[in-house]
Parts: sequence; structure tokens; C-alpha cells
Amino acid sequence: MEAINQSILTWIILAPLAGAVLVALLPDRYKLPNWIALLTTLVSFLLSLHLPAHFNAAQPGFQFEINTPWIENPAIFYHVGVDGLSVWLVVLVGLLAPVGVIVSWNAIKERRKIFYSLFLIQQTAMVGVFVALDLMLYYGFWELSLVPMAILIAMYGRKDGPKAALKFFLFTFIPSAPLLVAILWIYARTGSFDFVTLQLLLTHGNFPAAALFWVALAFLFAFAVKVPVFPLHGWLADTFSEAPVAMSMVVAGKLGLYSMLRFHIGLFPSQARAMAPWLIGLAVIGILYGACLALVQRDFWRLLAYAVISHFSFVTLALYGFTFTGWAGGIYQILNQGVVEAAIFLLLGALEVRYGTSQIGEFGGLAAKIPRLTSFFVIATLAMIGLPLLNGFVGEFLILSSTFNGVSRGWAIVATVGVILGAAYMLWLVQRVFYGGESKLALQKPTDDLEFGELAILTPVVVLMLVMGVAPMQWINTIETGVHLPPIHSANTLPPSMLQLAPPGEVQR
Amino acid sequence: MTPVPDIYRILPEVILTLTGVAVMLIDATLGHTSPRRPLGWVAAIGTTLALWASLWQLSLPVGTGFFSTVETSPFTVFFHVLICGVVLVVLLLSLDSLPEDSHHQGEFYALIVFGAVGMCLLSGAVELLVVFIALEISSISTYVLAGYRKESGRGPEAAIKYFLLGSFATGFLLYGIALIFGATGTTQIYEVARLAPSAENHLFVLAALGLMLVGILFKVSAVPFHVWTPDVYEGAPSPVVALLSTAPKAAAFALLLRVLYEMLPSLRSVWAPLLWIVAVLSMTIGNLAALRQQNVKRMLAYSSIAHAGYLLAAFAGLGSSGIAAAAFYIAAYAAMNVGVFAVVTLVSGYDDKLPLIDDFRGLIYRSPLMGSLLLFFLVSLVGIPFTGGFFGKFYSFSAAVGGGAIALAVIGLLNSGLAAGYYLRFALVAAQRDPEPDRTFAPTAQVGVAVGAALLLAVAATLVLGIVPGTTLHSAESAAHTLQAPPPEAAPIVIEPQIHP
Repeated sequence: MEAINQSILTWIILAPLAGAVLVALLPDRYKLPNWIALLTTLVSFLLSLHLPAHFNAAQPGFQFEINTPWIENPAIFYHVGVDGLSVWLVVLVGLLAPVGVIVSWNAIKERRKIFYSLFLIQQTAMVGVFVALDLMLYYGFWELSLVPMAILIAMYGRKDGPKAALKFFLFTFIPSAPLLVAILWIYARTGSFDFVTLQLLLTHGNFPAAALFWVALAFLFAFAVKVPVFPLHGWLADTFSEAPVAMSMVVAGKLGLYSMLRFHIGLFPSQARAMAPWLIGLAVIGILYGACLALVQRDFWRLLAYAVISHFSFVTLALYGFTFTGWAGGIYQILNQGVVEAAIFLLLGALEVRYGTSQIGEFGGLAAKIPRLTSFFVIATLAMIGLPLLNGFVGEFLILSSTFNGVSRGWAIVATVGVILGAAYMLWLVQRVFYGGESKLALQKPTDDLEFGELAILTPVVVLMLVMGVAPMQWINTIETGVHLPPIHSANTLPPSMLQLAPPGEVQR
Repeated sequence: MTPVPDIYRILPEVILTLTGVAVMLIDATLGHTSPRRPLGWVAAIGTTLALWASLWQLSLPVGTGFFSTVETSPFTVFFHVLICGVVLVVLLLSLDSLPEDSHHQGEFYALIVFGAVGMCLLSGAVELLVVFIALEISSISTYVLAGYRKESGRGPEAAIKYFLLGSFATGFLLYGIALIFGATGTTQIYEVARLAPSAENHLFVLAALGLMLVGILFKVSAVPFHVWTPDVYEGAPSPVVALLSTAPKAAAFALLLRVLYEMLPSLRSVWAPLLWIVAVLSMTIGNLAALRQQNVKRMLAYSSIAHAGYLLAAFAGLGSSGIAAAAFYIAAYAAMNVGVFAVVTLVSGYDDKLPLIDDFRGLIYRSPLMGSLLLFFLVSLVGIPFTGGFFGKFYSFSAAVGGGAIALAVIGLLNSGLAAGYYLRFALVAAQRDPEPDRTFAPTAQVGVAVGAALLLAVAATLVLGIVPGTTLHSAESAAHTLQAPPPEAAPIVIEPQIHP
């Protein structure tokens, strides 16, 4: 068991990569790529379940740590590990992977080898982002996660894929340039890329305040684009309306939000606190702006894009409120959104495959024809808008109450308007698509309800929504162990000598 | 310690010369109609032997031969191996892509090998006159190679342009050497390094530095000495461009490192700001121009100018970190650029049947292997992690940050975002379905043993440099250390003053 604990993260990272190689090598026949991808993702999901099962909530710091030298100079380590913050996020990535395969099962008909290889590489990159504790390793996975996404948007775009892909890539690639310079600056000053070491050094070290401000801003900028935080959201709507469903399910939110909490707030607490009022302001604007724009969209992918901006702005609000409840609630809400969006994306993707359009105006009166799809969609909608007993409620409640008590009553009240608007656009969407008079489209097209594969994956997701809504403490207890004000001490504590600043560039000699 | 026979110091050059002569002689004795392809294999085998000989030189003690004119050290071995590796890939590539009926195949292989002699000698020379001779050997071969497609009109244009401008640049270099001799009374690099700081006529040394920089920066095609690059790349046959854009540049960068870090380190305060400006201009102008290109080879030409800029950023690094970063970048750049030109050669053929970016539309459907390889090399040129391009940029910019040139690193990284724009556009075009599926294309060249080996080498090098850069970096660092320690009285490595926050 000890041996498994000490290598499990590597297996979780490598499993999808192995699947990608296998898909690329084997011929594209008899849906072979689909099956390999499904098996791989299921295996990596099962592997990821090992983490919470053997996670020791009583033990602070990182667990399942692996820390071996990778490159001698500069001192880059293969340092991975999870704590309360990231453990469930890894599981979430694991869960969304098979959902993504099922979504793509019928939607992706050609060039399946390329699709599933890149899809699996993307999985590796995302797991890597959540577990990497060495800044260079983290940056590597962060950048790696952009490429498969961009290529897949370009190749499988609905109307104008390459343009959306370029927009996505430039939006996310350019901010990572300052991020890399900031990381290099830190390395030049401290001689370390290690998260745990840096947390101590940056809080205790004597650095020029202005320089740290810019470094922290470079980190924040890269993450805020990826969330996206208003006004950096320009890429999201195009990406959602072009990307294959399996990819848009994972593109927004969790990578950026997690990185904010881990690497921006975690490494630069005082700088982050100084920037917090601005971010809270932007988050509240984002909540209302996203919700208002979602109300007027004609295409459901674009509606969803703006809904996502609104929802993730809630999490940003929680993170920069600097309260423990807010942080735990924020992370929990990322999980909730992941699960709920998986269901919603899957169902809307199914609708698009069946009816060949994503224009809301062409739908109407589908409830009688496809009752099962309708009821699943209604449940997911209710979870998304925060109905008590379903998971969305818990997260929103934690976020809003932490803002109300810990930050500012005014902001909390304004943000609550976003909840109401959220209910409005989602319920209106349900009404327009599934109820009302039967549209021409509903009459003409054949009506197949959900298939076995889709049901098999949706049922557990919906059950999960209910469980996460009724028994949130299962998750929150774990998350809270990761929510500390930095510095967090790692299992392998540092010798005091390392606390002194190493001369630039001359470590490990 | 027994003295090392002088001949061992230039063993790779000797092997390459013998190979070149052998190829020419066999070519002359062969009948008019007999196939010339085996000559390519002879050249490839000779280059492989030279590569092994360079590696063997590592076992020699660091030192100079032939009256202190050539040196063997980890530094020279690094560049010898790099140059021989690139030449080998280019030879293998040419084997399968030269037209069968060409009567000049034998000369083609011989010229490539002779060019390699010059480049190898250039990286090993520690006497400025040998430097000049080596540069001429490599330049004259490449001038001829650039004009190899006589029938197209563009070929001779490229060759003449390259020849005229190149001669001017070498003239500048020679003038610089003359001034150095005037100021210090010697042309031996270590002697110059010893005498230059106390030279009476300081102005001579400064002028010499400027003139030599012009000559060398022309060879690496840095702005403002870059105007020949796109025209020559467009006119020259693609396998030759694969060579032109990598191996001579590597040799010229070796010379630049030697001149700046070993010969005139005392003038760092002069050349560092100059190179700062050249680096920024090269990457910005190179990238902006590349964005507007429709021709694949012109685009890659401008992108190579930008890469020269990223590389020059490493020169802002202090001491050995800068040298190591520059050496590593050259290796990574050579691997991926040879790779991308190999793919371009195979897709659009020796005579450029498909010159435009739009002609590559749907490549991944027509030829999945070529399409994926193109995507891979482009991703590496963008600088995505786990490819060689990433660590190249990483070391280069971290050397710059370490040397205090933070603005340079920021400009460089923003530029790599700009560069992503055109690389990605090219990649996306290749990944897009052809809107006119009925268009017929000349069949993509068959991947034979030779080309397969060439592509495998390029892919493996790019991946190895991206995933386990440690070994190469280690050699680059030991190269850097030998460069800083003038033999034979191995001086201790100077640790640069450390800037504390």
C-alpha cells in the first residue's frame, strides 16, 4: 500500500498519456479509439479515487508526495502532491474524462484517433496542473493544456474553428509569457522552483515590494484570463460555440481558480490581499454582466458561456474574500460546477447531435417527445441555480454568507441579484427549449430519447448532485484541511539552512 | 603527459575532407548514366565517422594544436557534434528528395561535406586567420548550394545575393581582424584577450569589435543584417535551406561566443547593450514580418531571424550561464528547424511545387504522418513545454533574467506569443479540411529509409531536448566552462558577482 501511495500520482498522470499513445498507434476501426479512450479514462478515474480513499484528513500538508530531481540545473524537480484543496479536483478531472468520451461517442465521427489522443493528452495536462508543486513543472502542464484544446477547436469547430482556436490560444498563451518571466525572476532571486520552499521564502524573505507586486500581478493575470475574470473573458463565448462539447466542458474555471488560490493567494498572500478589493469588484461585475448577457443569447452554447462567467465570478468573489469559509466554499463550488456543467453540456450536446442546431429559437415543446432528457435537464438546471438539497445551493450559500459576514454586506447583496438572474436565464432556457408549443423542428426530426450509454453516465452524475447537496461535509471536511493561511509545511520539512536566500542561479552546485 | 599529436585536434575535419574528396573523385569516375545516390551514403557514413571522432576528442586533454590555432575542448566538441548531426540529417534528407535525373548530385553531397569542414573548423579555431579561412570554406560551399536550382531563375538570384552580401560581411570581419592585429600585434584569440584590455589604441579595439560583430551578425541573420535571409531561403532548394538555417548559424554563434566571451570579455559593457538592441530588433521585426508572409519558406526565414533574436537574449546572461543557454538554444533550434524544413521538403518537393501556406491546407488528411510531424515541429518552435523549443527559450530567457535584463525577457516572451500567431496559423491550415477536395496534389514523397532516419533523428532530438534536457545542458555547461578558462594553464572558473535582492 505504501508503494502505491508513493507512486499513485505518477500513474494518474501517465495513464491517459499511455492511452493516447495506444489510440495513436492502433488502427481506427470498430470504434477502437472510443473504447480505448473510455477504458483509459475509467481506469484513471478509478486510480484518482484512490486519493480521497486514502487521504488522511488529520495530516496537514501534502500527501502522496513524490519529489525527485528532474533537471539538475536549473533545479527543476518532479515534485507532485495533493492536499485538501486539490485532492477532489483531481477526482473531478477523473470523473469528467469518461463523461467527455461518452459525449463525443456519437458527436465525433471522423479522425477519431486524433481526437481521442489529444483528448487524453489534455487529461494528463489537467491532472498535472492540479498536482504539480514545482513551478516549472506546473508551468509545463499549464502550457501543455493549451495545445490539444486549440488544435481540437480548430479541427472540430462548428463554423469557424480556426479563428476561435487562434483567439483562444492567443488569449491564454500571451498572459503566460509574463507568468514565465515572473517564475524566472523568482528563481533568479531564490534559486528554487519548489512551491513549499518558495512559500516560506517569499513570506519571510526580504524582497523589494514593488518587484513582488509585479510578480504577483503576472501570476494573477495569467490565471484570471483562464477563469475568465471580467473583462478578460473575450475568448470564452467563441470557444464554447466552436469547441467539441467534451473540451468546452473542461476549459473554463477550475484550472484558473485553483491556480489563483494555490499560487497567487498561496505564494503572495499580502499582495493578493492588496489586490483583493479590485478582484471583488470585478467578480461582482462579472456575476451581473455574465448573467445579463446570458439572458439575451440566442444560441445555447453562448448562453452557457456567459452563465459560466457569472458562476465562476462567484468563486473568484469567494477566493478573494480571504475567509476560510469562502475558500472552502469556493473550492466546493468548483466541484459542484464541474459536476453540474458536465450534465448540462452532455444534455445540450445530445440535443445538438439530435437536432443539428444550437439556436434556442428553433427548439420548443420537446418535453413530450424526449421526456427522459427533459427531466434530467430540469434536475441539472435546478442544481445549477442553487435549489436547496442539490449541490449548487451549498456552494452558493457558503460563498454568499462568507462574503456577507467576512467582506462586505453591500457586495453580498449585489451578488445575490446574480443568483436571481441565474435562475431567470436557466429557467427561461428550459421553458423555451422543452416546453411551449411544438416547434417545426420538434415535429420534423425523429425523436430518440437518451441512449443507454448516456443514461449510464448521467444517472450517477445526478445522484452525485443530490449526495453533494445533502451531505456536503464529506467533501468540505477534506477541503478544509487544505485551507490554511500560508505557509503550509510539507511532510518533508525544510532544514532551517534552506530558509536563507540561495544566491541566484547557483543552487545545487 | 605525452603531447597530443596535432592531427588528433582536427580529426573530424580530416575525416570530412577525405570524405568530400572521395565523393568528388568517385563522382568523376562514374559513368554518365550511373546512379549517384550511393555517393550520398558515402557522405553520410563519412559524416557519422566525423561525429564519432568529435565525441572521441572528449577523451583528449583540453588544449590547442598546430601552433595554438585550433583547440579541442568540450566547447568545440559540442558544436562539432551539433554540426555533424545537422549535416547528417540534411544528407539523409537529400538522399530521398533530390531528383533522380540530376547530374550534379555528386557535387551536391561533396559541397555539403566541404561546408561541414568549414563549420567544424570555425567552431574549433582559436586564431582569427584560421577563423577567416574556415568561414570562407563554409561560405563558399553554401553560396554554391544556395544556387543549386539553376533552372528556376530564383536559384541564381538567391546565390548571387547571398554571395555579394556575404562577401561584404566577410570583408567587414577581415577588416576587424586587421584592426585587432594593429592594436595588439597578434591574432591568436587568447593572446588578444590578454593584451586587449591594456592595448594602447583602445579605439582600434572598439572599431574591431564593431566590424567583427557586423560580419558575424550577418552570418546569424540578425536584424539589421537580415535582408538576405528570406530571398535566399526562398530561392534555395529546401534541403539546402534546412542546412543553411541551422549549421552555419550554429558555427557562427560559436564564433560569436568565442569572440565576445573569450576574446573581448573586457568590453562587455560595450557589446552587451549592442546585442540587447539587436536581440530586441531581431525578434520583433522577424516576428512582425513573419506574420504577413504567405510563402512557407519566407515565413520560416523570418521566424529564423526571430529565433536568432531569442538566442542573442542569452548573451545578456552572465558568464557561463549565458554561454550554456546560448549553446543549448542552438542545439534545440537546430533540431526543430531541420525537422520543419525536412517536412517542408518532403511535402512540397525539391522544386517547391507547393510554395504557399495555403497549399498545405488539409495536409494532415492527405498525409497523416507528414501532417502530424509538421504540427509537432511547429509546436516545438512555438515553445510548448516538453519539446526542445521550450527549454531553449527557457534557458535563454532565464539567463537574461539572471543577468538583470528583465525587460529583454518580457519582450522576448511577448514575442513568442506573437510568433505563436503565425506558427499556429500554419498548423491550423494544415489541420483544416481542404475546401476543394477535388484539387489534386503531387503525391507526397515516399518516406524511405534515409528520410525516415532523418525524421527520426530530428524528432528524437527535439523530444529529448524537451523532456530530458539534462545531458545536453550538462555538455553545454562544460562547454561554457572551457570557453571561460583559457588553456593551457586552466584558470579557475570565475564566478560572476552575485546580485542580491
